[in-house]
Amino acid sequence: MTTQAAISDHDADRSRPNYVAVLIYLAILTAIALGVHATGIPQVAKTGLLIALAWAEAVLIAMYFMHLAMEKEALAVFAMIPVVLVTFLCLMMLPDVTARTWTKSEHQIGAPNPAEAEENPVPPPAPVQPPQH
Amino acid sequence: MPPGVTASAPDRGALLADRLEPPLTPGNPGVLGMWTFLAGDAMIFGAGFAAYGALRINNLNWPAPADYLGIAAPAVMTFILICSSFTMVEALDAVRRGMQPKFRMFMALTVLVGLVFLGMQAFEWNRLTAEKGMSLQRDLFDATFFILTGFQACQVFAGVVFNSVLLVRGSMGRIPPAKAGLVEIAGLYWHFVAILWIMIFTFVYLI
Repeated sequence: MTTQAAISDHDADRSRPNYVAVLIYLAILTAIALGVHATGIPQVAKTGLLIALAWAEAVLIAMYFMHLAMEKEALAVFAMIPVVLVTFLCLMMLPDVTARTWTKSEHQIGAPNPAEAEENPVPPPAPVQPPQH
Repeated sequence: MPPGVTASAPDRGALLADRLEPPLTPGNPGVLGMWTFLAGDAMIFGAGFAAYGALRINNLNWPAPADYLGIAAPAVMTFILICSSFTMVEALDAVRRGMQPKFRMFMALTVLVGLVFLGMQAFEWNRLTAEKGMSLQRDLFDATFFILTGFQACQVFAGVVFNSVLLVRGSMGRIPPAKAGLVEIAGLYWHFVAILWIMIFTFVYLI
């Protein structure tokens, strides 16, 4: 092997990520996610933690297995476009989804339940007296 | 080229290749093509997850997925798919270095793990259909579960076929280091499939 080939192989080894380490990190993150799921922490905190752990695993795979960390930065921006668009989609759906949840759970806005209306009839509003001059 | 100087055929080919190379991924235009495809695929699944979330938040009768579906088998499936990502990237590294036996070994492992994943998924569907009576037509929980996991399983199947073709070609000695770009493109698709399953495991099973 020539000196140039040996130098290029050495450079290739140095720039090559440690795939075994990434695999171990991914396994640890998966185990942590299972542990978080098994704990009794509040659901909101559990949801946030699990989403963060999933994203951490996705970023590790994208950066080191898909070699995004070694590619040009513009490609990473290109890869982030669907994330931005999906986040925008979820944010745009929030008002509709949260309004329905609120309506369904506590405050019934709109037509009352016909069965309840028969049991508890609402009296008609009193006629408005015209102002006397 | 200075005027009056004509390039020979190989030089003209090299000049043409330089002009056709995308600036984002010089050296392998297929990588940019695969990233474009994966971006579209990510938007499809993103919309699917958003719809799943909207249907689930609005439904007070949604069962606890982990208790209803069980997470032991999906957890194992998650781990083996992560391991298959590792074997895939090792196969790419091997083919780039011209280590053909190592490439064939890791690519065979990747294909094998993909087949094991599909088998476990089929076993899970069979168990849920037989024990819980789940079906696409029964309710929203069942429908969203089968649509998300089924679509991801189709992508795994396509990845297994892709990798199998590369394994066969590699066994015939038709993937030298100069053609490592093919393995790189297949690797991008396979890693994306693994990311999809991680998201499904989190959103559908754990949360």
